[in-house]
Amino acid sequence: MTALLHHLEAVRSAGRKIFVPYLMAGIPDRVTFSDLLASDQADAIEVGLPFSDPLMDGPVIAEAGERAIAGGIGPLDAIDLVAQAPAGPPRPVMTYYNPIHHLGEDEFCRRVATGGIAGLIVPDLPLEESGSLRAAAAAHGLAWVPLVAPTSSPQRVMSIAATATGFVYAVSTLGVTGVRDSLSERSSRVVEACRAVTDLPILVGIGVSTPEQAHEAASTADGVVIGSAVVKRQVEEGHAAVESFFTAVRTALDA
Amino acid sequence: MVDEHGRYGEFGGRYVPEALMGAVLELEKAWTEAWSDPGFRRELDALLAAVVGRPTPLYEAKRLSERVGARVLLKREDLAHTGAHKINNTIGQVLLAKRMGKTRIIAETGAGQHGVATATAAAYFGLPCVVFMGSTDVERQHLNVVRMELLGAELVPVDAGSATLKDAVNEALRDWVTNVEDTYYVIGSVVGPHPYPEIVASLQQVIGEEARRQCLQLTGELPDEVVACVGGGSNAIGLFRGFYDDDEVRLVGIEAGGEGGEGAHGASITRGTPGILHGARSLLLQDDEGLIAHAHSISAGLDYPGVGPEHAWLARSGRAHYESATDAEALAAFAALAETEGIIPALEPSHALAYLLRSGEGIRSRSSRRPAEQKGTVLLGLSGRGDKDVETVAKVRAAATS
Repeated sequence: MTALLHHLEAVRSAGRKIFVPYLMAGIPDRVTFSDLLASDQADAIEVGLPFSDPLMDGPVIAEAGERAIAGGIGPLDAIDLVAQAPAGPPRPVMTYYNPIHHLGEDEFCRRVATGGIAGLIVPDLPLEESGSLRAAAAAHGLAWVPLVAPTSSPQRVMSIAATATGFVYAVSTLGVTGVRDSLSERSSRVVEACRAVTDLPILVGIGVSTPEQAHEAASTADGVVIGSAVVKRQVEEGHAAVESFFTAVRTALDA
Repeated sequence: MVDEHGRYGEFGGRYVPEALMGAVLELEKAWTEAWSDPGFRRELDALLAAVVGRPTPLYEAKRLSERVGARVLLKREDLAHTGAHKINNTIGQVLLAKRMGKTRIIAETGAGQHGVATATAAAYFGLPCVVFMGSTDVERQHLNVVRMELLGAELVPVDAGSATLKDAVNEALRDWVTNVEDTYYVIGSVVGPHPYPEIVASLQQVIGEEARRQCLQLTGELPDEVVACVGGGSNAIGLFRGFYDDDEVRLVGIEAGGEGGEGAHGASITRGTPGILHGARSLLLQDDEGLIAHAHSISAGLDYPGVGPEHAWLARSGRAHYESATDAEALAAFAALAETEGIIPALEPSHALAYLLRSGEGIRSRSSRRPAEQKGTVLLGLSGRGDKDVETVAKVRAAATS
């Protein structure tokens, strides 16, 4: 069992819902980002590695990534920032595939594992293309977190869930990352489809924006990933606003 | 040539979010069925004749030949409806979209030719159409912006990144992820996840099939060289495919050399490295961390940091050869064709023309079939006409004389 899965299972068996916020690396600055990684409100923190062409991201995360790159933080610098951060919850990274391919799959996995990173989320690498990277991740003790979409066939949900070694990332809606007014009615259906084929934790992400939506999503799922709503505060308001949002989500999930 | 995993040798594949996998698998199935259905092919051929105006002529450029030092034949895709080869692809893909029951068309565009061609096909079939275009390109290809709007398309300017073709593709993919159930994404070049490169190449290979036949009729033999410009690479693949089995025909692709020297450029084959962009593994321009670089070319259609996987494979296998031509060389060639033949070409094929002006004399010596005194024959894909570029060229000329 990967360290990430071990940690999330402990949360689940304590009867609590899992909260995984997403932070863009190096935003709003290196020190604030590093401090946020130590938050005790989160069960794990998904760290976004800045990329030039983030095609699964809406404007909030895409612009935060552009800002990180403009500030001299590329994907490898982002890994170094995580490696240097104080102790805290497990940190899987979300990255597009090209930086992994460019460095080499094994070398990339070695580097993130050495930096204390807990797992990989690669949104543009589907099941059929991910075999060798999954093997490399496993060899370095990294959790693999695959995404299941509302458009995934039952057969694909089964095949995808079988590759998960951290949690299953259930995409709640069709579309890119972004802040939305309401939780998609598809959310619970995606979770149910996953639940039928896996015992691993199932977290709903993409389209969860508020504490209320988190509470609603967690009624069927084991927890939530929240991205754009966090990054918006990370960019515009800074440390205190992010922490108080974490607390609000935590409270809603524990209610 | 393409295998069941959508690969051309080590290139190609399907690097897309899971949300799109159902759609690309559905597209692959629909395309395979349609392309092997004689009814679909008949309908497409009728449209290519009546709407596009095919076959386009193969034109002997006699005065240009004198200047170049080789016999120059131009495949006149600039005479296709809407003024470029792009419509061969869009009419086929929108016909496929209709067959699949899709009710909304989206497309990206660089120079605007693909946007215009998609808007035209969508208007013909009565489907709503949204075109994504980098805001830099909106500015420099104003004529095509107006044309798309007249054709009833909704134009969405894209400010992200370099605000050019690459970013327009990203935005179109984001739209597709969001509206995948009713929307058909008409990709404009031989790029993207499988089966797109194969669909676009199959719809463009009519260029090469016609050109080969016409060349045999006109000259009684095959050309020594076949030359085309390469951005994403659809007109080049369409032309090259007609000659793959003719080993004696040298295939030459010309990329955007941009500013020249150490300056910005769009030469992803000759100066790029393997990577993943827009759903496929190919050759691309990137930095040392795998971030995609900004390309540069005076022609919006070649201003792209990647290239179709079939080209990467042709380059790697040695079947085709690739060079680049700079902005300045393309501008000179643009003027040369206008002056010698009375044809104003687009800036994209002006890069291929620049190669002729640079090394046309050498075509004879490269061919082992010819006696030393005989000139070589080169067949060039004139992929589009230059109306859209007239303002750009006028600005450069004004700046040069001021």
